[in-house]
Amino acid sequence: MAEKKKKIVKQIIINADECNGCRACEAICSGYHSTDKFSIINPGRSRIFVHWDPYRNLFVPVLGGPQAPAECLARNKYIIDGKEYDECLFCGAVDCPSRELFQDPDSKLPLKCDSCESEPPLEEPMCVQVCINDALTYEEREEEVEEEREWDELDMGLEHLIKTFGPDKVLETFERLVKKEQTP
Amino acid sequence: MRYGETGYDLEIDLSTGNIEKVERDPKLTELYLGGLGLNAYTMWSRVPADADPFDPDNLLIFAAGLLDGTMAHGANRTIVTSYSPQTKLLGFSMMGGFWAPELKYAGYDRIILKGKAPELVYLWINNDKVEIRDAKHLKGKGTYETSYLIRQEMKDSKVQVMAIGLAGENRVFFASLEHGRNSASRLGLGAVMGSKNLKAIAVRGTKDVPQAKPERMKELYFELLKYIQYRLQNPLPGIPGILAYIGSPQEMKLFDERWHTTSFAWGHARYRRKDFWTEEIEKKWAETQRRRIERYVSCYNCPVECGAIIRHDGLTTHRYLMKCFSKLTYLMAAESDSLEFNFDIAGKAQEYGLDGFTTPQVMAFAVELYENGILTDKDLPGFPKNNEERFYYLLEKIVRREGIGDILADGVYWAARRIGKGAEKFDHNTTKKHEQMVIKLGMLNPIYFLMYATGEKGNITQIEGQIPQAPLPKEVREEFVKDWPHVPKGKEERFKRFILEWGDEGKVFPFYPPPDLCCELVEWQEIMHYIDDCTGVCAGLSSFPIKPPYHIHNYPEIISAATGLEIDEDELWTTATRVRTLVRAINVRRGMRRKDEKPPEDHWKKRFPEYEEKLLDTYYKYRGWNKEGIPTIKTLKNLNLDYVAEDFIKRGILKPEEEEE
Ligand code: SF4
Ligand code: SF4
Ligand code: SF4
Repeated sequence: MAEKKKKIVKQIIINADECNGCRACEAICSGYHSTDKFSIINPGRSRIFVHWDPYRNLFVPVLGGPQAPAECLARNKYIIDGKEYDECLFCGAVDCPSRELFQDPDSKLPLKCDSCESEPPLEEPMCVQVCINDALTYEEREEEVEEEREWDELDMGLEHLIKTFGPDKVLETFERLVKKEQTP
Repeated sequence: MRYGETGYDLEIDLSTGNIEKVERDPKLTELYLGGLGLNAYTMWSRVPADADPFDPDNLLIFAAGLLDGTMAHGANRTIVTSYSPQTKLLGFSMMGGFWAPELKYAGYDRIILKGKAPELVYLWINNDKVEIRDAKHLKGKGTYETSYLIRQEMKDSKVQVMAIGLAGENRVFFASLEHGRNSASRLGLGAVMGSKNLKAIAVRGTKDVPQAKPERMKELYFELLKYIQYRLQNPLPGIPGILAYIGSPQEMKLFDERWHTTSFAWGHARYRRKDFWTEEIEKKWAETQRRRIERYVSCYNCPVECGAIIRHDGLTTHRYLMKCFSKLTYLMAAESDSLEFNFDIAGKAQEYGLDGFTTPQVMAFAVELYENGILTDKDLPGFPKNNEERFYYLLEKIVRREGIGDILADGVYWAARRIGKGAEKFDHNTTKKHEQMVIKLGMLNPIYFLMYATGEKGNITQIEGQIPQAPLPKEVREEFVKDWPHVPKGKEERFKRFILEWGDEGKVFPFYPPPDLCCELVEWQEIMHYIDDCTGVCAGLSSFPIKPPYHIHNYPEIISAATGLEIDEDELWTTATRVRTLVRAINVRRGMRRKDEKPPEDHWKKRFPEYEEKLLDTYYKYRGWNKEGIPTIKTLKNLNLDYVAEDFIKRGILKPEEEEE
């Protein structure tokens, strides 16, 4: 076990129920991260991806997250409002081999959300600033965290899922997956 | 390097399958900005003046506005342009949503379509890859189902689709193009698309839209965002709820429908139900609205959320999207008290791809003819007794052009003439052959008289804006004018005085405001719309509401920060006037004259024929048009429209010697 350490945890909280699908977050993210800030707009280069599906009433902003392990573990089912949605739609893996969500359209390099790190730091990340309907909010808090990277990332990922879908749904999914694993 | 715009048009000939990417002369941007301006120029220079709307030579143009895809809030309009099968004049219809920005990100400002595909096809545009694809499997499919199926096929939730339904395939004169909750619905351009055997256009793009002055663009963006947020939380005092905010009228969020249901006309735009709005109705409708709405939705890069996802189990997609007044148009026309009915039939009609504004009026017109014995059971076999069922009956007939539906599918004006037997008398709510807003009022309103008469758009909501529709209550007037930076330069004194005085004794319709002031007010309202139609900015953030985020003073800077085009207020005004005049010129060339410039006869009970002629004369003169409403040679030349003047002289539409006087 690694040592515990105090650390500022920066987190964007996604409330998919409040998302109206405007994609202003994508536009601004691409602008902010262009070489000469705001010199181009191109949601294709954004580090946030809004799953936009009015016909299924599914508007889910996903942040370009960690690298997926080579053998993808993310073939999950997600349950939103009691309905099941397939596979990896909402996974934030930046180097997923089967999709192009978080790839730069030209260089194909992964696009990972860096919380708009800058010097001096922004008051809030860009996407949060433009989401005036509060589908995206921002939180900074001090936390004791383990100094071990994988766990840290797993924690973040799970926390993110819990914030998005609620603890019950995540637990339910988890249980079902474990059961599936166990049945021969 | 071009900023804001891509500089490229996609030219597609559906007859031959030829596809070309063509660079546009940058000079055209200076002269016409983009969107409607460019479309009008292309229509003028490339489509024969006498082409039939369904002629393969007629072009169908889809343009993104100049600012679409940049950081400019609400710059997401698609401007669809062709000749209208209904009015036979220039038809341009706008829709919001996501389609036009996606087109920009794919690398194109416009798609210019000509010809006619041998069989039903759809277009697939993915950056540099452009394909004409077989659409046999989509034949007869609804607009939503088509979008859904194409998106499924692409496995990409960012593919944006616009499609026609059965109505467009069957060339119903009021067929729309549907794209999510957004429709380009006026003037029957869906039928033109159908006539070209084109079912849908799907777009996906991942290219850059560069901005000329990035830092300034960012500052302007946040300035406007702050103001948008402020206006969303602070309705204007003394103004009816529906007009007190910004955005497209917030009918998905508002539950109080007293204003529409008691001041707009029911049935075939016939009568008002001044005591319709009761507590009981309010409760029932609120329950229905809450149950049917699943989510509020916005267009691209705009936080205002004017639309909603509506649950509808009668559709294969189980939901559709709606905004604005289509929440009520069907029920009011059918004289039904059921909001449920409206949600149901509007969804079906949109799936068929019909204009939610004209369609209910055509149906109410048919019901009226039936009740007056002009249409009989022979024309309408098995016609139900109840109005709601009748509307469903008519819906099916119209979209299939089946039996009487084939006649009704031409809209009220043409149907009345085809039916004869006195049916013409029931055509009482059209202007330039197009169904108008269902409003019937008492006293002539000189401002609206001019907008209805001379408007080129067929739709008052695309002409009006900026000023309150009725005198303000005395106690809010001072405050209103104190904080009103929107007024154009040089007009501050006059327009503010107008707001302060309007409604006082002797300062009432029809003789107040006086004709010259009416002209100035009309010009302001109209010009703001024409600017939006070129830039692609949503009217809901600019030309339609009172005290909107965009106005004539901040627009030039936004345009210049996004595109690098150095333009000042006066130049922008002139450019919009150029576009407005070119649109008129196209219509003049197609035969439009003073005699066509008439609001519906019963729009106001109290009319003043002589005074109205004087209003029209004054306005024509103010605009630099002659007695027939034709821009004079001098006016055309002042606007760099020399080529129009030459054409008019050649055709004998204008005579230089007559202008000397
Ligand atoms: S800005 Fe907010 S509301 Fe708009 S798409 Fe992004 S998360 Fe959703
Ligand atoms: S926090 Fe910054 S980098 Fe991350 S998605 Fe939002 S705008 Fe992009
Ligand atoms: S104001 Fe409403 S209609 Fe206009 S762009 Fe915004 S969401 Fe769309």
